[in-house]
Amino acid sequence: MAQMNMIEAIKDAMRVELKRDPNVLIFGEDVGHVGGVFRATEGLQAEFGENRVFDTPLAESAIGGLAVGLGTQGFRPIAEIQFVGFIFEALDQMFVQAARMRYRSGGRYNAPIVFRTPFGGGVKAAELHTDSLEGLAIQTPGIKVIVPSNPYDAKGLLISAIRDNDPVFFMEHLNLYRAFRDEVPEGEYTVPIGKANVVREGADVTIIAYGLMVHTAKKAADELAKEGINAEIIDLRTLMPLDIDTIVESIKKTNRAIVVQEAQKTSGAAAEIIAQINEKAILHLEAPVLRCAGPDTIYPFAQIEDAWLPTPARIVKTAKQVLEF
Amino acid sequence: MSKGSLDAPAKPVNSLSHEVHSEDVTPLQVLSPEGEVINPEFMPDLTDDQLKEIMYRMVFTRAWDDRAINLGRQGRLGFYAPVSGQEGTMVGSEYALTKDDFVCPGYRDMPQLVWHGLPLYQAFLYSRGHQHGGQIPEGVNVLMPQIIIGAQILHATGIAMGFKLKGEKRVAITYTGDGGSSEGDFYEGLNYAGSFKLPVIYFVQNNGYAITTPFAKQTGAQSIAHKALAAGIRGLQIDGMDVLAVIYAVQQAAAIARDGGGATLIEALTYRFRPHSMSDDATKYRTKEEEQEWSLRDPLIRFGKYLESKGLWSEEDTARVREEAKNTVNEHIKKAEQTEKMTVNGLIDSMFETTPAHLEEQKADFQ
Repeated sequence: MAQMNMIEAIKDAMRVELKRDPNVLIFGEDVGHVGGVFRATEGLQAEFGENRVFDTPLAESAIGGLAVGLGTQGFRPIAEIQFVGFIFEALDQMFVQAARMRYRSGGRYNAPIVFRTPFGGGVKAAELHTDSLEGLAIQTPGIKVIVPSNPYDAKGLLISAIRDNDPVFFMEHLNLYRAFRDEVPEGEYTVPIGKANVVREGADVTIIAYGLMVHTAKKAADELAKEGINAEIIDLRTLMPLDIDTIVESIKKTNRAIVVQEAQKTSGAAAEIIAQINEKAILHLEAPVLRCAGPDTIYPFAQIEDAWLPTPARIVKTAKQVLEF
Repeated sequence: MSKGSLDAPAKPVNSLSHEVHSEDVTPLQVLSPEGEVINPEFMPDLTDDQLKEIMYRMVFTRAWDDRAINLGRQGRLGFYAPVSGQEGTMVGSEYALTKDDFVCPGYRDMPQLVWHGLPLYQAFLYSRGHQHGGQIPEGVNVLMPQIIIGAQILHATGIAMGFKLKGEKRVAITYTGDGGSSEGDFYEGLNYAGSFKLPVIYFVQNNGYAITTPFAKQTGAQSIAHKALAAGIRGLQIDGMDVLAVIYAVQQAAAIARDGGGATLIEALTYRFRPHSMSDDATKYRTKEEEQEWSLRDPLIRFGKYLESKGLWSEEDTARVREEAKNTVNEHIKKAEQTEKMTVNGLIDSMFETTPAHLEEQKADFQ
């Protein structure tokens, strides 16, 4: 076991897989020689060579297209899009070409690609660096969506993603990269894609969250505990496919739930989660399931993002709304 | 009202000191429209049997196109982009490669796929909107036709990188039209190939129109071939109605690519005698005169005359091949029509390697 922050765990996952499978390739803008703008690939080119880890010209669509082409030839590309807002340049290749490859070829070709992208607010970044675009991805058939919240999960999920024979959008929260260290096993292990994790047990209300919001929810749960309210927190880890069973099991116990997402409110992951709860657990609910989310604006200017993003206080307030319904 | 005009002068009227310049291009040609060898130095090295095989494929493709139009009108085919006039570029460019080379087609490029090994009935299934149309047989090195114009340019670039990384002497070729050369992905692909020195051929079939929009409205560039300069790769223009010029150019580009020399952009000047698609009316934007002028350069007539002069082809041969093509098309359309119908649950199972729980559940609605 070693103490690692999330970025070290992510790098370790890629190192393990580069070593294990000669078909694994890493490429993107500045990921080679320097090791990435967040050092997620630092030292990997030196260890594995320029044919395995390399820099590309600055063009996101071509990064995506390169991955799709290489994927048809037996390679397993890990393609990095430097910041989440730049996936728009690559959307056709990610969400059309990679996501449809298996389907439109009737299984003749597949796209065993991981698109790694940092995202997430609270770091006072420039425009289009921090938007939560998972909603676009989860409504795109054919691509899986993973958002880890801690170093252990990040490593295990990334190894699973690299080994998956279908495309995965792997979203890494900027605010969690170096936020804390955790015990992370050496060598290889996997965390299954599509399995949520109950990170805090409670009987009064279920708080469903992912990414940074898992930690914001934990702070909110501490506040609620002071008032004798025991919140159960589910870290989704994977948004597509969604682990609805773990959510329903929790609601059977708590009868109340809220969903916390950093993205703006409308049509995001929370909306889908609530729809599925309505389909599968309506008779277990004592109150409607509410969303705690950003308002439906464009992602805020850096100076005001702390007020825009869900806070522990807003989560407490939303939880109390369902408790007092 | 604006007093300006969007019609720019053909060449910039002023010049800057230290401005960069490029040479004018002249299309590479082997045969004159009368079928005479005008540039023997560019004659590809082909045996009589090979010359006859090339003619066979071009005549077959024309007959297949004729038949496909009718099958479309009868509702027996769906989406179909006509190819008549472009047999020289399609048949020639594919013929110049080996079966190990990889073809990334646009939506009009079905002939290249079929001559590279895709069974004809699967081409028909693709047209009819059946998943089996895209199930490329193992060992046939092609992707399915690409609908998103430009996306295939990047796939070929990635595939070529794969060949380079594995140290294989293989080449990827990808096709787009004149309109496609305005896409960002077109430029990104060429530029990546220039940066990584990739074994790839970007083959642009410039037929003068992108649906209704004439080439002059796509770019101020003198030619598409010039666009290679922006990416640091080789660029050339060829007479796409001259199958021997096509074969020569692609063989040369492939040889250089196999030798580690990187990518080439080939702009082939061609013409489609039919509309853009079955739902397009070309009379609204093209003149009879223009169509007649191009029909004089018909690649079948030109190459046919050349072969006739060598005693390798006759009108009877053309009639025989057309009859053979008709029978083959009939046989394959029947096979396409008899292919088992798809099911929604089959589609669901083809989404991922392992079907996730939510999709398994959704199958219940389609039992």
